[in-house]
Amino acid sequence: MASIRQNQYPNALPDFRNLGVMARALLFVNLLAILAAAAAESDWNRAFDMFVVSTVLIEPPLLASLLLLLAAAPLLRRLPYWLGSALVLALVLALTAGTHALVGAIAGISFGRTLAFASVATVLVLAYLSLHLRAHSPALAEARLQALQARIRPHFLFNSLNAVLALIRSDPRRAERTLEDLADLFRALMSDGRSLVRVADEIALIERYAAIEQLRLGERLRMSWDMDQAPVDALLPPLVLQPLLENAVYHGVEPGTGVSDVLVRIERRGDRVHVRIENPSQPAGAPARAGNHMALDNIRERLMLFFDADARLETKLSDGRYCVDLDIPYRTGRA
Amino acid sequence: MTAPLKVFIADDEAPARSRLKELLADIRESVATEVAGEAGNGLDVIERLPGSGAQLLLLDIQMPGMGGIELARHLAGLESPPAIVFVTAHDRHAVEAFELNALDYLMKPVRSDRLAAALKKAAAAGPALRERLERAGAHANAGAREYFSVTERNRIALVPVSEVLFLRAELKYVTLRTKAGEHLIEEPLIAIEREFTGRFVRVHRNCLVTRAAIRGFERSSGAAGGDEEQHWNVVLEGLDERLPVSRRQWPTLKSLLPEAKE
Repeated sequence: MASIRQNQYPNALPDFRNLGVMARALLFVNLLAILAAAAAESDWNRAFDMFVVSTVLIEPPLLASLLLLLAAAPLLRRLPYWLGSALVLALVLALTAGTHALVGAIAGISFGRTLAFASVATVLVLAYLSLHLRAHSPALAEARLQALQARIRPHFLFNSLNAVLALIRSDPRRAERTLEDLADLFRALMSDGRSLVRVADEIALIERYAAIEQLRLGERLRMSWDMDQAPVDALLPPLVLQPLLENAVYHGVEPGTGVSDVLVRIERRGDRVHVRIENPSQPAGAPARAGNHMALDNIRERLMLFFDADARLETKLSDGRYCVDLDIPYRTGRA
Repeated sequence: MTAPLKVFIADDEAPARSRLKELLADIRESVATEVAGEAGNGLDVIERLPGSGAQLLLLDIQMPGMGGIELARHLAGLESPPAIVFVTAHDRHAVEAFELNALDYLMKPVRSDRLAAALKKAAAAGPALRERLERAGAHANAGAREYFSVTERNRIALVPVSEVLFLRAELKYVTLRTKAGEHLIEEPLIAIEREFTGRFVRVHRNCLVTRAAIRGFERSSGAAGGDEEQHWNVVLEGLDERLPVSRRQWPTLKSLLPEAKE
C-alpha cells in the first residue's frame, strides 16, 4: 500500500530521487567544508584559500555519489537502514579515495584527513536528512495534513442538496445518482488524506464532482476533458485535483452569466505528471470572489509534505483564461 | 378570498428555481401565490421585475451579474418596490447582516413551513427600507456597488460605476457624468464618497471626480498671470469640460499628480 507512512521505522534513508534532498546534501557538505577550513586556519583569507583548494577533493566525489545514489535509490530503499547507510558511506569513501589518488597532489591535503572529512560529512548529512525526514513525517506531518485536508465549500454542499431536492419529484433516478456522487465525494473528503492515491481514482472523483456541478449549473458549465494520455497508475496526494476544479467552477463559471468552458488535461511527460486546469477569467464587472489563494496555498503545502521541493503548482492568466499547472514526479506502486 | 401574492424568483441555478416553485405550490393552502416571473442573473431581474407586477421577490444573494444585496438596493428605487426575501446557501456575513438589519432571509435548502412564514411576514411588512439595505450591504462586506441606478417611473437604468467620470451635486440631485452622457441620481455625495473609498476624489465641495480619469490640471484661463489667487481646473480623460478645483482641495490633489500621470 502506497502511503506517506513510508517511514514506519523512523530511521529510513532519505529519498535520493528528491530534488530537495539533493540540494540539502550539497549545501550541507559545502557548509561543513567552509567550517572545517575556518577551523583549520586562523586567518580568514587563508581559510578561504583552503576551502577553494579543498573543493577539488570534495565536489567530484560529492556530485558523483549523489548521482549514483539517485540511480541506486530504489535498491537502497529496500535495504535495512544500517546496511543502506553503510553502503552510502562505503560509496562516498571509495569515490573520495579515487579522487584523492587522481588530484590529491594538487590540493596538498593528506589522504587520511580527506577520508576523515568524507566520513564525518557523510554521517552528518545522513543524520541531518534523517532528522529532517522525521521532523516532516510521522506525527507532525500527519497532524498538519489533517488540518490541511481539503475542504469542500459549504456553499457547494447546500446548493447540491438543494438541487437534489429539486430533482426528487421530476427525475428520481438522476436524484439517486447525484446523491451517490455526493456520497463518494464526501467519503473521499473524510478519508484521512495521508495515503497517496492513484490518478485513476482522482479522475473518478473529479468526474463525480463535475456531474454535480453540471446539474446545478446546466449549460453554463461546459467541461472538456483531455485525459486520454493520463497516467492512470501514477500516485498523487488525495484531493488535489478536486479543489482545483472546484476553484475553476467557483471563480470561473459561477460569476459568469454566459457559457463558460472549463478544461481539465492530465498527461505524462517523461517522468513527470502534468495537470492543467483552465477556466475563463471573469471580467471585472462580475462580482469578485475572495478566497482563491487559501485553496492553492493549502494544496501547495500538501504537495510539499508529499514531494518536498519536487512538485510545482503555478497559476497564470493568458488570453483571458486562468490556468493552473500542476507538475509532480511520476511515481507508481510504492511511494 | 384575497388575490394571490405575485412572487418573482431569482436564482442562478435552474434546479433551485424549480424547487422554489414546487414549494410554492405545496404551500398554496396557507399562502396563495402566483409566479410573476423568474430570472437567472441579477441584470435580468433588473430588466424583468419592474414590469412583472411582482409584489415579492425571492432573491438568491449569490448570483452572477450582480449580487443580491446590490440588486435589492437598486430595486428599492422603484415606485412600488417588491418586498424581498433573501435566499442563501451559506454566507455567514450576509446572514449576520440580515439579522442585524431585520431583513427577511431563508437558508437553502428551503423548508416549506419556513417559506410560508417568510412570505406572510414579508408581504405584511412590505418593502424593506433603503437604509437598512445599505447598512446590510456595508455589513456583509459585499463591497461597493458595481452600478449606480437611475429609476424612471417603472424602469431601472444601470450606469456602471466604472464608466463614471465625475459626480456633481446640484440642488436636489447629483449629476453623474459618463463619456456617453448625464444622469441624475438622488444620493448624497458624502455617502457616495464613503461607499467608494479611493475610487473618487473630491475636487470641490460639490464635486467628486474619478481618480483614475484625472489627466492633469490647468490654470483657469480667466485668472491673471502671477496672481496667487488663481484657480486650477482638473482635466479628465475624454472630457472637454474643465472642473474647478477648490483652494481647500488643491494640496491633496497636487500630491496625487504623479500617480495620475502614469
